[in-house]
Amino acid sequence: MTQQAATRKLTIAKSMAEALSQEMERDPDVLVMGEDIGKLGGVFGNTAGLLDSFGPERVRDTPISETGFIGTAVGMAAAGMRPVVELMFVDFFGVCMDAIYNLAAKQSYFSGGSVTCPMVLMTSVGGGYGDAGQHSQSLYATFGHLPGMKVVIPSTARDAKGLMLAAIRDENPIIFMYHKALQGMGWLGTEPGAITPVPEEDYEVPIGKANVVREGEDITLVGLGATVHHCLAAANQLASKGVSSEVIDIRTISPLDRTTIIASTRKTGRIVAVDDDYLSYGVSGEVIASVCEAGVPLRAPPERISFPDIPIPFSPALEHFVLPNSDKVIAAINRALEPVNG
Amino acid sequence: MTEASDNRPHRILMYENMVKSRYFEDAIKPAYLEGKQPLFNMAKGPIPGEMHLSDGQEPCAVGVCAHLQPEDTVTATHRPHHIAIAKGVDLNAMAAEIFGKKTGLSGGRGGHMHLFDPAVNFACSGIIAQGMGPAVGAAMAAKMRGQNSVAVAFIGEGAANQGAFHETLNLAAVWNAPVVFVIEDNSYGISVSKADCTAIARNSDRAAAYGMPGIHVEGNDPDTIYDAAGEAIARARSGGGPSLIEIETTRLEGHFMGDAEAYRPEGEVERLREADPIPAYRSRLEADGISAADLDGAEAEARSVVEAAFAFARGSDLPEPEDAFETVFTAGKRA
Repeated sequence: MTQQAATRKLTIAKSMAEALSQEMERDPDVLVMGEDIGKLGGVFGNTAGLLDSFGPERVRDTPISETGFIGTAVGMAAAGMRPVVELMFVDFFGVCMDAIYNLAAKQSYFSGGSVTCPMVLMTSVGGGYGDAGQHSQSLYATFGHLPGMKVVIPSTARDAKGLMLAAIRDENPIIFMYHKALQGMGWLGTEPGAITPVPEEDYEVPIGKANVVREGEDITLVGLGATVHHCLAAANQLASKGVSSEVIDIRTISPLDRTTIIASTRKTGRIVAVDDDYLSYGVSGEVIASVCEAGVPLRAPPERISFPDIPIPFSPALEHFVLPNSDKVIAAINRALEPVNG
Repeated sequence: MTEASDNRPHRILMYENMVKSRYFEDAIKPAYLEGKQPLFNMAKGPIPGEMHLSDGQEPCAVGVCAHLQPEDTVTATHRPHHIAIAKGVDLNAMAAEIFGKKTGLSGGRGGHMHLFDPAVNFACSGIIAQGMGPAVGAAMAAKMRGQNSVAVAFIGEGAANQGAFHETLNLAAVWNAPVVFVIEDNSYGISVSKADCTAIARNSDRAAAYGMPGIHVEGNDPDTIYDAAGEAIARARSGGGPSLIEIETTRLEGHFMGDAEAYRPEGEVERLREADPIPAYRSRLEADGISAADLDGAEAEARSVVEAAFAFARGSDLPEPEDAFETVFTAGKRA
């Protein structure tokens, strides 16, 4: 690795595009398809440059027919291709969920493992930029709840490339979520912490393995995607007050790496789980249930921060009131650290 | 057109597959009802769950599949047995799957609506029109790899009112996919007649909206279907793109076993049974000079493999309960 490569920083969008390009170079069965992924290079930039490099046979703009093209991708995958499909916004899954949870996710099981479905479905998640309730949802729990799919979400550009390479090579359907607040598009505000050095060479980030992004002793903060950065901001701010926070990026929503979360909480005795999907039946609840089921002795009640059970409103005055942020994480940490009333 | 003296071998093969399918369904009927009488309880007996029989629809399957090779893909519906048999799905493993046995196609995880046999590229699904996208995908995979194979998606007439139907027809046309869509029009979506829920009389007319040929086939006749399918499949194979074929066929049984069929006009089933395509085809073949002995032989062969398949299924072990946790994901990864 050259010195330049070691320090080269990319956005998640560019990192995803690089992963796709390198894998298409390496594996002739990989193709990319979806809405606006050709000439436009993807609404969120993750297929930029691919059409020029690989041509319209392998980089296929589709009609606005999500049921049709996701079902088609499943057939391609069953026939041995490795399609990477863009479903522009996770909010759009409502028009094509059958092809995802009934078809792709059950192909291995219903065939007793004799027919595989190696496909990646890329989809953007998250709000915070005033796009209202049909373009701002996260829906981690919806996909994490349904068996037969693996669901991943990177919080940094480095993880985005490694997760994408691992996802394309996996034999199963992978929902690859990318958070708009981290994506690095000029027209969307971007969390600077998501723009990281990205090695030029080939590497995988293992699916199903959480990442301890900051070690600490007093409390465990568990996040994913954008909320990892909220957790890190809270941890940094409270460090000056002597609070030592451990931050875990779960990276894979399904299958969830419960072992890493449980081990950390066993060490700290306190947990705050943070996600930006709807609260009820959500990722944070699942994280906390895992810790409780494991019998981890807790020094404070577990805390969860999520989006409340309401549609996502348009006005920033409303949306930012209800979105998770680092201040809410700090408040939860402070509650958890209060001496137990005795 | 079929000549009067036509004794080409595909005709006796079509006949054999038709009777094989009918014998298969005839063997299912008593097995399915075991444990379900006098009180019908779908959960009871050696074959639980819904059972959709294909009696009467055999000509559609054999007329189309007679043109296909194992490497060609077929996706079928929740009423799949005749198509699976015509495509050459392993009959023992298929019967065992229907009985929920360890030796079944998926070890008992799928049942009769979810039959997968990758050896002959067959799959079916319990969701209306769901197989259309995968058929386009299989066709596109073949096209992109420079292979000569095609895909056929079988659907019912009810599927033509699904969004997936219109999305996949458009996509297949835009991408010039080597695929043929075959509508088995048996006049009913469960209880609702085609006339009561479809804006036009012929779904084949809908092909025009997607710039592809739409072929309407009447008569539920294997020879006519064979000719129409042959043209469409040859077109797909030679790079000419997709086609839509609509076949008027008959559903001689209910939507599923146990269906009281109160929605049928009086006398309809009797009338349809009089036009049963299997004895009609046998008479035509005999008239065309195929010997009764040859046809008897085909029937005996069909009966023999069906009996063997049911014996295999009955004699197979149930899966271990813990097998429920296997094959949710496929292990390993691309090197």
